[in-house]
Amino acid sequence: MRFWIAVIPLVLFAALAGIFLTNIGKDQSVIPSALIGKPAPEFSLPPLPGRDKGISRADLTQGHVSVVNVFASWCVPCRAEHPMIKRLAAEAGVPVYGLNYKEKDPQDGVNWLDELGDPYTAVGMDISGRTGIDFGVYGVPETFIIDGDGKIAYKQVGPIDAETLENVLLPKIRELKKG
Amino acid sequence: MMRFFRPNRPIWLAMLAVVLTLTFYARPAFAVNPDEMLSDPVLEGRAREISQELRCLVCQNQSIDDSDADLAHDLRVLVRERLLAGDSNQQAIDYIVARYGDYVLLNPPLKPDTYILWASPFILLILAALAVVGFYRRKKRDGRIAPANLTDQERKRLDEILSPSGD
Repeated sequence: MRFWIAVIPLVLFAALAGIFLTNIGKDQSVIPSALIGKPAPEFSLPPLPGRDKGISRADLTQGHVSVVNVFASWCVPCRAEHPMIKRLAAEAGVPVYGLNYKEKDPQDGVNWLDELGDPYTAVGMDISGRTGIDFGVYGVPETFIIDGDGKIAYKQVGPIDAETLENVLLPKIRELKKG
Repeated sequence: MMRFFRPNRPIWLAMLAVVLTLTFYARPAFAVNPDEMLSDPVLEGRAREISQELRCLVCQNQSIDDSDADLAHDLRVLVRERLLAGDSNQQAIDYIVARYGDYVLLNPPLKPDTYILWASPFILLILAALAVVGFYRRKKRDGRIAPANLTDQERKRLDEILSPSGD
């Protein structure tokens, strides 16, 4: 009995330490997506002013891997992320679609891309944010990797940095391209 | 002698009145804007009920009913749209859960992932009950052993304490 009383705190400590250890480095504010492995939602978004192509679900079901990046001109981390989206578009060898999320003025998105450069295959405007909700977006920027069948294979919440690009996104895309 | 603290009855009564008024009139501040509200009070009531069950994903410790975040506003409007479209409360909630997962529910559902979470209060209760039983058993067992008799010195000291002091 005495032995067990001495052992119980040790066991509890070890169990808690184990739980905490596995959580180190995890961002607790990142919510696991409910949509991984599910088909991308049905949507159709109009183009930016002065452009002729928006995006829709049909773009994501062409039999090849694609990426949807949710961005907004009012989103400061998006600006920081933008060079990585350029690299992604250049290095991944798959179409990268832009979902321009909830601009106050449609022209804001155009100005932003004029200033920073436009790496996107096409951009759709989600003024109401409803397509964003259908994608389960809760914090911009977010990036979705879509497989050839139009299913959501991976979701990145928050800005992409070089490490995430090289160690997570590009390998994931390569893996999906292989089938 | 000077009195630093003299209760002044009318002021105290007034302060008490203020405190009581604030206590009973205080209502949580809701973020719902009048222009979001539905004209049908029954539907609006249901929308409020649902909104209080759903987590704001931006602020995470508030319901969308309490949150001023942009996304919370959009979700409140969406819930009302679903109700207008004829959804039941559960259907409206399921619609949001399909997009954001169980995490959006402030009340976690009972399912294999959450068995430990739901069982933990009962596990703690059982552990506490075992501890209490153990404590009383030990006490009963130890109680059978008579305490050692007092030494002469202790007895003398006890008499001193108990005898009425001649003042």
